[in-house]
Amino acid sequence: MADSTVRIGLLLPEVLGTYGDSGNAQVLCKRLQWRGHEAEVVPVALDSAVPSTLDVYLLGGGEDTAQVLAARRLLASPGLTRAAETGATVFGVCAGLQILGTRFRGLDGADHPGVGLLDVVTAPAPRRAVAELAVVGGLIDTPLTGFENHQGTSTLGEGSVPLGRVVRGTGNGDGTEGAVTGHVVGTYLHGPALARNPELADLLLSWVLGHELAPLEVSEVDVLRAERLATLPRRIR
Amino acid sequence: MPPTHLRTRMSVATGRLTARLSRATGLGRGGVIGGRVTLKLDPDVLRRLGRERTVVLVTGTNGKTTTALMLTRALEALADVASNGDGANMPDGVVAALAARPDAPYAVLEVDEAYVPWVAAQVRPAVLVLLNLSRDQLDRVGEVRGIERDLRAAIALLPRTAVVANCDDVLVTSAASAAARPVWVGTGRRWSGDATTCPRCGSAVQHAAATWHCECGFARPQPSWVLEGELVTTPGGRDVDLDLRLPGEANRANAALALAAAHCVGVPPHTAAARLRTITDIGGRYRTVRRTRHSVRLMLAKNPAGWAETLRVLDEDTPVVVAVNAQEADGRDLSWLWDVHFERLRGRQVVVTGERSADLAVRLCYAEVAHWTAADPVRAIDSLPPGGVEIVANYTAFRDLVDRLPSG
Ligand SMILES: [Zn+2]
Repeated sequence: MADSTVRIGLLLPEVLGTYGDSGNAQVLCKRLQWRGHEAEVVPVALDSAVPSTLDVYLLGGGEDTAQVLAARRLLASPGLTRAAETGATVFGVCAGLQILGTRFRGLDGADHPGVGLLDVVTAPAPRRAVAELAVVGGLIDTPLTGFENHQGTSTLGEGSVPLGRVVRGTGNGDGTEGAVTGHVVGTYLHGPALARNPELADLLLSWVLGHELAPLEVSEVDVLRAERLATLPRRIR
Repeated sequence: MPPTHLRTRMSVATGRLTARLSRATGLGRGGVIGGRVTLKLDPDVLRRLGRERTVVLVTGTNGKTTTALMLTRALEALADVASNGDGANMPDGVVAALAARPDAPYAVLEVDEAYVPWVAAQVRPAVLVLLNLSRDQLDRVGEVRGIERDLRAAIALLPRTAVVANCDDVLVTSAASAAARPVWVGTGRRWSGDATTCPRCGSAVQHAAATWHCECGFARPQPSWVLEGELVTTPGGRDVDLDLRLPGEANRANAALALAAAHCVGVPPHTAAARLRTITDIGGRYRTVRRTRHSVRLMLAKNPAGWAETLRVLDEDTPVVVAVNAQEADGRDLSWLWDVHFERLRGRQVVVTGERSADLAVRLCYAEVAHWTAADPVRAIDSLPPGGVEIVANYTAFRDLVDRLPSG
């Protein structure tokens, strides 16, 4: 990289920011800065072109109409797709996961195209999943925890693998949770998922930097992580 | 007007007894439990209790209790007023409030946004006040746009109700546009975080200076009441100086809406404003209590919009205690902590506490706000040097504090 500053794109925060989603950008940025790297958060507004030159792209949660608007916008301005083709890291939460898929059905029954970076199709679930969500296996050794609040059932095709297996909550709806293709990750662990899951945050950052990260001790994060893991059955922890 | 229907009278009596028992045994705030029993006995009780009085309903995400208290004070210029000043704003709390004052010719009731359609269908209010709509406890009552659609449908069925609405709030305006008699109040207050897409067509809403519009034609209506600074301009063009004792712009917005609503019921704005000035605290909020070495100001903030207001009101040089719980009444999901601009607390002494202090500590850590943790809110106060303390708590944390700190 000619410019060593890591640029973290926060996509369409006006419509994809229902649940404190800007927190993920802040977590990534601080975890780089605290290790001595240069980093900045670049909000990409709804009415501006999506640049293809950012290092990380974050998509948050949004309500039904907001999600349709965001998907339309990201298909019309192809910066995200171009960046992903050249290996940029992409992390989508909740509505963000569904938009990253190939298609999703709204609560109105209409199908909408997604940007297709994940091999995922989403349809409305019979009921809303609103609860703590915990996931094991997959990308990270330790369990991932968070909160989910969505009414989507996501089905993965051959082009994606799940982020993990659900041990509490609903996730994709078939016992799996989330989707991963290369450096593109989607999850129903919503809102500031990376605040509660520092290992996942650092995995994304290691993709961006192209190497392992120096260890980072943040006692507050450890306390929260321990407190949340303690609510899971002992055999899972 | 006492309820005349025999079954109602019986069920109200039983409800009152239960409330007394509940208070006496310390099992709970009598209001809610009493109301719950009453509803079980007679589902029509609300309709009968509301009949033949002038009912004003107040709803919105933030400011319900404050605005309802303001309206209660204002309407007391006319006659007795039944009200749920304890903040019990679900149907059972509403029933308990009406049952407690069967003879009061007026009622001012704050109602949880999700229950307005049901309550309004029973009591047929003379006035419905819509303050604001933003995210609050999403895990419990569903998303704010669903609330707006339900309110809009309910208002369409209330042709005789004056709907007093904050037209600087896009979602409120969308709901109130269904009213046969809307009364628009320009408060200048907007929390645009939840309303960047149009509730009518899904396009982006454009905000400009004092107004907003969407390409589909949905736009800010011309208000007949306008708040600017401390002054409220009435439809007749007169200016009323609010001069409230409660702090902050949000409370001035609440007051402007209260003046407009009181006017619908027949209280002149200057009379209402004078009565609003007697209010110094709202159920303990904004009240300063003394502990041995500290003078503690109590504040409630339970969602991003409420916090945005609270951060503006906090005294700059005073240490802050922040208490956060995630009980059912608070909402189980703490994601909202990341939508609060806690960065503004940098450089102060900050203590975090409450059942979910660990989540709050992580948020402050990434906001680079130095802080320490205390296991308990009262101990958090005692961990600070003598002098003033600002304490901000969310719903159940606040309630517990009010119970534990000396009153007055
Ligand atoms: Zn529109």
